[in-house]
Amino acid sequence: MLKEIRIAGFGGQGVILSAHIVGRAVSIHQGGYATMTQNYGPEARGGAASAALMVSDQPVLFPYVTHPDILVVLSQEAYTRYAPEMKSDGVLLVEEDLVRLENLPPQARVYGIPATRIAEELGKKMVLNVVMVGFFCAITKAVDREACLKAVSDSVPERFRKLNTEAFDRGFQFGEELLLKGPAKEEQTVGVGAVESDD
Amino acid sequence: MHADQRCVLTGTHFINGDAACCEGALSAGARFAAGYPITPSTEIVERFSARAPQVGGLFIQMEDELASSIALQGMVWAGQKSFTVTSGPGYSLMMEHIGYAAITETPCVFVDVQRGGPSTGLPTLPAQGDMMQARWGSHGDYLTIALTPNSPQECYSLTIKAFNLAEQFRVPVMFMMDECVGHMTEKVVIPKAEEIEIYPRRLASKPPGEFNLFEAGEDLVPEMAHAGEGYKVYVTGLTHDKRGYPVLNPKAQHELVTRQFEKIRRAADELTIVETEEIEGADVVVVSYGITSRVAQRAIQMARDKGLKVGKLRLICVWPFPEKLIRELAPKVKALVMPELNMGQMVLELERCAGGKCQVISVPHAGGTVHKPADILAAIERGAR
Repeated sequence: MLKEIRIAGFGGQGVILSAHIVGRAVSIHQGGYATMTQNYGPEARGGAASAALMVSDQPVLFPYVTHPDILVVLSQEAYTRYAPEMKSDGVLLVEEDLVRLENLPPQARVYGIPATRIAEELGKKMVLNVVMVGFFCAITKAVDREACLKAVSDSVPERFRKLNTEAFDRGFQFGEELLLKGPAKEEQTVGVGAVESDD
Repeated sequence: MHADQRCVLTGTHFINGDAACCEGALSAGARFAAGYPITPSTEIVERFSARAPQVGGLFIQMEDELASSIALQGMVWAGQKSFTVTSGPGYSLMMEHIGYAAITETPCVFVDVQRGGPSTGLPTLPAQGDMMQARWGSHGDYLTIALTPNSPQECYSLTIKAFNLAEQFRVPVMFMMDECVGHMTEKVVIPKAEEIEIYPRRLASKPPGEFNLFEAGEDLVPEMAHAGEGYKVYVTGLTHDKRGYPVLNPKAQHELVTRQFEKIRRAADELTIVETEEIEGADVVVVSYGITSRVAQRAIQMARDKGLKVGKLRLICVWPFPEKLIRELAPKVKALVMPELNMGQMVLELERCAGGKCQVISVPHAGGTVHKPADILAAIERGAR
């Protein structure tokens, strides 16, 4: 089954690495196929960052993500830009403290996680992307947990391995617990600040 | 001869096409690159500049592409395998020295990671607009070899092939990537060094005094001597005799140019490097290369699902063009369909070789992204009628 995945946020949140980890997990540790592309436009400088992944059990032919089955957003800008492209029944994963859900695609299943806060609890905000990868792994099941953990290990320097494994586990756990509750409704995932009305 | 163990990153990697091309060059034995940064090719030499010193190699960031394209040839004559990497605007600047490499029979590799053009065009987006330039870009008569990879894995393996062909035929080889393949990240398997075949430089088998630098044997490819090894190494862009000395008359011109053409022409079968699928009995064959071949494959699947008899012909070596293959194929099919990320370049060669024996349908695209499979499907359906 071919799945289109997009992970997007600010530059510096590690979105490229998170896509890299998932791609590596699928194609190297799980025996599947993954093709990752990045946005290289001038907009990649000083703000938005986005990586796209095609994963499949067959070789990937068409390289670009057009309508993600799974969208992971770590910033409001990324949400605004990419949510309209989602498949109507797609899965949306959000950094719930940083993204306010407006004009949600009607049938989208939404799961939120305070990934940055969890990373801060672990002592390093930088690992928020790996928290998100753990969360992604638990919710979407697009990649095996073991494969993903291996990919985390070989994607980070030795001295940060333990921290990143912990970050992955925290995200994964959060995801499993959330799955028991089911996807969030729009009003439950409203993040920081008041929702401004456009009217 | 096999690859040098120290330079081969044996294992399974998740890297982009640019990184894979760099590893291919290192595996092939390249120890020198000269380049001037340009998107989307920069990552190749960025990686090379970090990796090469670990294996005794060198990267020089030159002042521009003219300098890069001649510095690499200096290093070849000094004894190393060398390459340069660039994209559209830089490739244009290199044309004069590609001709120099051709007439001096300097084995080297020019990597062009194609982006949208003309001019500065679309620096960060893909195209296949330099395909004719790869064949005809420099002035005068010469033949080159050009390869097109369609995945990071092939960016690795075909870079090795490019270096091998350069040494075997003593020609500049054009490695025609595109932005999509260069920046795409996929699994790349790098084999063990002893599994990688390397074509060694064809060095002088005669001692100095008996050796002529441009005297060719049976296969029309002369042996080579490096500067500083006791041989007379006279290398010039002027028309020259077997010693390499300038001889400016029609006879010398005829001998030199026809031999340089003939050494490639007579290897046409060996240089027909293609991938085919179900072309026997097909009504329509889709002919494509590079990233477009993957999108075409999707369209072929869609057409087969509709019950159409569609074959695939992927050009891996685009120059020399597989003329004989097309001449044999054309009378057996209703149509040949050629999608490419340009306004119709290689399709001209396809039409020439098809010689009116079947319909030839071009599916042009100005570049910036890849085709929609549906557009290629529509052309297949038109051809099948």
